[in-house]
Amino acid sequence: MKKQLQLSVLAVVLIMLGLVACKPKNMTSAVTGDAAVKAFVPPGQYDEFYNFVSGGFSGQLAVYGLPSGRLFRVIPVFSVDPEKGWGFSEETKPMLNTSHGFVPWDDLHHPELSQTNGEIDGRWIFVNGNNTPRVARVDLSTFRTAEIIELPNSAGNHSSPFITQNTEYVIAGTRFSVPPDNVNGDVPIDSYKKNFKGHLSFISVDKESGAMDIAFQIKCPGVNFDLSHAGKGPSHGWFFFSCYNTEQANTLLEVNASQRDKDFIMAVNWKKAEEYIKAGKGKKVPVSYAHNVWEEGTHSAKSEIRKEVLVLDYEDFDDLCYLIPCPKSPHGCDVDPTGQYIVGSGKLAALIPVFSFEKMIAAIANKDFDGDYLGIDVLKYESVLHGEVKRPGLGPLHTEFDNNGNAYTSMFVSSEVVKWNLASLEVLDRAPTYYSVGHICVPGGDTRKPYGKYLIAYNKITKDRYLPTGPELCQSAQLYDISGDKMQLILDFPTIGEPHYAQAAPADLISPNSLKIFKIDENMHGYATKGEKESKVIRDGKNIHVYMTAIRSHLAPDNIEGIKVGDEVYFHVTNLEQDWDVPHGFAVIGANNAELLIMPGETQTLKWVPEKAGIFPMYCTDFCSALHQEMSGYLRVSPANSNVPLRFGLGETAPVSGE
Amino acid sequence: MEKLLVTFIFFVMVSACGGGGEAKEEKGSNPYSTAEKKSDEAPDYDPNRGHGKWTAQNIGMTDGLDVAKAEAGEKIVEVKCSSCHKLTEERLVGPGWKGVTTRRKGEWIMNFISNPDPMIEKDPVVQAQLELCLVRMPNQNLSDSEAREVYEFMRKNDGVK
Repeated sequence: MKKQLQLSVLAVVLIMLGLVACKPKNMTSAVTGDAAVKAFVPPGQYDEFYNFVSGGFSGQLAVYGLPSGRLFRVIPVFSVDPEKGWGFSEETKPMLNTSHGFVPWDDLHHPELSQTNGEIDGRWIFVNGNNTPRVARVDLSTFRTAEIIELPNSAGNHSSPFITQNTEYVIAGTRFSVPPDNVNGDVPIDSYKKNFKGHLSFISVDKESGAMDIAFQIKCPGVNFDLSHAGKGPSHGWFFFSCYNTEQANTLLEVNASQRDKDFIMAVNWKKAEEYIKAGKGKKVPVSYAHNVWEEGTHSAKSEIRKEVLVLDYEDFDDLCYLIPCPKSPHGCDVDPTGQYIVGSGKLAALIPVFSFEKMIAAIANKDFDGDYLGIDVLKYESVLHGEVKRPGLGPLHTEFDNNGNAYTSMFVSSEVVKWNLASLEVLDRAPTYYSVGHICVPGGDTRKPYGKYLIAYNKITKDRYLPTGPELCQSAQLYDISGDKMQLILDFPTIGEPHYAQAAPADLISPNSLKIFKIDENMHGYATKGEKESKVIRDGKNIHVYMTAIRSHLAPDNIEGIKVGDEVYFHVTNLEQDWDVPHGFAVIGANNAELLIMPGETQTLKWVPEKAGIFPMYCTDFCSALHQEMSGYLRVSPANSNVPLRFGLGETAPVSGE
Repeated sequence: MEKLLVTFIFFVMVSACGGGGEAKEEKGSNPYSTAEKKSDEAPDYDPNRGHGKWTAQNIGMTDGLDVAKAEAGEKIVEVKCSSCHKLTEERLVGPGWKGVTTRRKGEWIMNFISNPDPMIEKDPVVQAQLELCLVRMPNQNLSDSEAREVYEFMRKNDGVK
């Protein structure tokens, strides 16, 4: 015991010596001595924050802990995930339905946590599908995708999904303008200016259930809507979109969409739009889009194709939209916690303009316009400007905020995060990133209540940062302690896919509501098997329905005979467990889809079409007990014309032939 | 067991610091940053020659055009360069090439196209270009002979006969 104590003292001394010795020699040393301590969460202890990080082209949403950077979960959203059967089980397939049919992949860029009164409420997180325009709602009690709605008249759903301060609307602007869905789109591409339009979608969210519905769209000129954020506090009721390609170029945008000295931030008075919709001014436009809902009770998704959307045409109203000139192809469009300032990040600009909401309202009232752009009033830059952050770095992209009146802007080209003060507009600090930072995230950093403390930078390039893994490398997140005057890099960790935007929230807003099991007596799945006695196999023509149960550690039934080539077999597997963290998996040899991963109390269905006669094993894939390796069974498949009767069982009830 | 622990701690200590010398600091200075360049960063940097092995003596400059090299260079340019550079003065993603061989020395051009990254960090002309173009010129992995051939094609483009 004493020896152990001595050893511990020695250890502490050695570590401290080590830390002292590690003191950085100059300001360019990125990692200082106490970094590991700051990011360290002892084994068995919880992190302080959840960090929801977009998976980019993986189509999924990753959940990390902060400050440890530990990966807890990858939530499948827009892309199939064979690990969880997402998009492979019969129940989940409808979630990926679209007007283009089953789309098994997307590009997920921006998560946005639901808010009440401008503060994170921990109920849902909304995410966008960029490629086939969709918005999903993920339920934070189950950490599962609960709903996906497709967006008509849209393409490249990038300016999305940003929410209003009481989650009244989730708003999605189209990055690629396209001809509207209800007109003939077979037009010359260079008729962009005439035929292409940009639609902004306002998706209402039910306060109780979270159910989404496209309340209306605003049809705007054909430009690229890049990013957006809602007003808050005094600016609640307004929405701000960055626009680029106001040149309306249709080819070589790299050059041709970078011609104008200023593009715009479009300010949209959505309260006014709401009034016009209530007054019946919206036009019903025929479209086709999928709306997919996951039902907790039946553990199944339903997909319906909707056929109509309400549209307000910007040309019919002169008080819906205003344009704020913003230098050089603005990307990020961020509103500070007070709701007073709108920060536009012109990605080709050598400064960051900060606009004042108060001045904007005054300029609108005074008709302080600098002409119009395609019929939309353009406000005078100087009249709306709060001020400019001079020479912040190269390639400003995104801005987040802390709880002390400071802003943090990512600089893509110069690979750094720059801290500046909202009131003085002075640059206070800059920290390098490794490398080419895109989005950044401060917990609550785009809400009325930032929690500060940490900033996470999400990097596009890692090159020499980690052990090489061939041509394809990971992207990364870098964690900075921002509690002091200087930002301090304390950790970096690889991410899944490509991280774009992220959100972080205190764990205690979310973890108390985390569901542990699904109650078996509340399972309303049509093929649920509530108890082993009810397990059975039923033939319905060519379809065979297996009512199967799984509990540690056997499947019931585990012997099935009488399946014939040409049959379609549906394994409806109910996990009878009612304890936390006991999923069962289910797999069949040669299945052309994936496994099932069934949570306690849940029923999921695997379709299997045997193509030849023989014996086919099946088994549980998730190590569930000491006898997990025994959790298996056999299927006998006979030729199409065989007389083998349909028989099934387990143990004593297993089919007996006497052979 | 105890020995193991002590050894481990020593190891942590040493590895945390050992690597923290020259190599780590090299990484600590941001290779992408052009924001604050210190004058002492590269005291021996020759802005006329650039960074790399090429010098006026070893690039094998000839008075007249080496037609074979220029033709080989053109083929390389079509694959590796022309997506971003026009042969006129017009800027596309990067600057147009017309006149580049009269503005810059051959060794500077060959050093830059062989390995752009160090020069993006150090060279004032390149940094000014980056502020304009905002895209770092990528390393296109030109071999020594390829770099020479590309340079010869640039000379041809500038009217060398």
